[in-house]
Amino acid sequence: MHIPLYALPRPSRRSWPVVRRNLLVWRKLAVPSVLGNIAEPLITLVAFGYGLGSLLGTVAGMPYIQFLASGSIAVSAAMAATFEALYSAFSRMHVQKTWDSILNAPVALDDIVFAEMLWAAMKSMFSVLAIMVVIAALGISRAPTMLLALPVLVFVGVTFASVALVFNALAKGYDFFTYYFTLVMTPMTFLSGVYFPLDQMPSWLRAVAHGLPLTAAVEVVRPLIIGQWPPRWGMPLALLAAYAVGGYYVALVLTRRRFFR
Amino acid sequence: MPEAAELFRAEHLTKHYGASRVVDDLTFALRAGECLGVIGPNGAGKTTTLRMCLGLAAPDSGTIDAFGRPLMAHLREAKQRIGVVAQFDSLDPDFTCRENLRVYGRYFGLPAQTIEARIPGLLDFASLQSKAEARPGELSGGMKRRLSLARALVNDPDLLLLDEPTTGLDPQARHLMWERLQALLQQGKAILLTTHFMDEAERLCDRLLVIDRGRKIAEGTPRGLIAEHLESDVVEVYGDGAIDVSERHAALADRVERSGETAFFYLRSPRALLEALAPRHDVRYLHRPANLEDLFLKLTGRQIRDES
Repeated sequence: MHIPLYALPRPSRRSWPVVRRNLLVWRKLAVPSVLGNIAEPLITLVAFGYGLGSLLGTVAGMPYIQFLASGSIAVSAAMAATFEALYSAFSRMHVQKTWDSILNAPVALDDIVFAEMLWAAMKSMFSVLAIMVVIAALGISRAPTMLLALPVLVFVGVTFASVALVFNALAKGYDFFTYYFTLVMTPMTFLSGVYFPLDQMPSWLRAVAHGLPLTAAVEVVRPLIIGQWPPRWGMPLALLAAYAVGGYYVALVLTRRRFFR
Repeated sequence: MPEAAELFRAEHLTKHYGASRVVDDLTFALRAGECLGVIGPNGAGKTTTLRMCLGLAAPDSGTIDAFGRPLMAHLREAKQRIGVVAQFDSLDPDFTCRENLRVYGRYFGLPAQTIEARIPGLLDFASLQSKAEARPGELSGGMKRRLSLARALVNDPDLLLLDEPTTGLDPQARHLMWERLQALLQQGKAILLTTHFMDEAERLCDRLLVIDRGRKIAEGTPRGLIAEHLESDVVEVYGDGAIDVSERHAALADRVERSGETAFFYLRSPRALLEALAPRHDVRYLHRPANLEDLFLKLTGRQIRDES
């Protein structure tokens, strides 16, 4: 009679008012948020890209600043979604009890989890758009294929939000998320060919790297940002999709268990 | 007057959490315009019962019908007609009062025009017209509760579920809340409320359900329950001589209870006891009619229950 714990996701159109709720909160804080979205990549790109880049010359056949910018935009998409689906979703779910008040209305938990995933991906999109503006303004790249990178990066947001929601469902407090960032996210950024090419690493580590969603994201996004066609789409996108689908399903089951026991 | 239509019926509800049975064979029904109060000590199963009424917890056995149809099979339609005020305010701290109402209205799928048309009336009802652009952080406890109530009314519900609606409010705020709830009953809405305040139960509720350890232990009108379970009068005796009085004059009452240094005499004809007390200077006493608090203590005992 109840939604069984393991039922497939059943999101409905009632997810949308929940997304709009989060959007309305964001709009109230949009100016500092967008400034942060622009300032952070601007500082990193100028400092590391030009500073370090002048020492390195070309990396993987392109100026280091291009290499860095086209890789770190994928990190930003992943980080923005992860942060939103951990800290922000947790404060709505657990601290402010916003989810509880929404559940008293005719909105199902499946709708809320779907909305949080969607919203976290939207946050990725805002962040990515800001970085694209910086990349274009600094003249790092103005390739039209950047526009194709946008939907891919939003999908990266979907993937990382879905995986992060698993840990949101398990969390007892914010401290838990610190582990996720230091033990999962930070090592992953170093293993995904963002800051240096993967062929610098021993072969066993490279094998690990090729199983990571961020590596897959960089593989597709980097060429599109600098105006090239990705050598392959299928495998990396399939890997991202696998993380997204698996993560989302596990997150939903765990969240149902958390709320309905 | 013909009986109003039955809106809600729960039959033989049972719910376990692990090995403990939190709700045990609970049956109740609610008609339009009626207020049913659920009273019981902490951990009696009140909140769990409300959660089941909202489909947020599935009963292990038993059935719930809302508006004539099985609740779980028609959950969304049923919730479309229910308003909820939870035990703890869960207003959106980032939104103004107006935005809280607007955003909540969207969860019901209401068109923007309908919501905007209702907001002034809701703010008015909650006496928050001047606070429309204030955030919950700027409101007093009573204002927050009234905003929670207004939010629960945004869908113009037929049934309201209120979990301890006046806990933590000062007397003025409680009276204003009661006045508003009575107005809603006048409009024909049904209210199911849980409370720890016997004066609230007596004032608002047409019928009461006394539950303890998940079981219904009494049901009836406030006056009817008192008449059924209690002697008509109570004499409370305090002071150094209270214990002595309770031992010496126990025969003058139908029942005597002691709680610390206070003796409670439950009796039908108080004259003899009052005459015995009058000359004593070592006690103070209060003679009053029996009330719901006495009933509650008689049925559920005087011992303290831990929060659960």
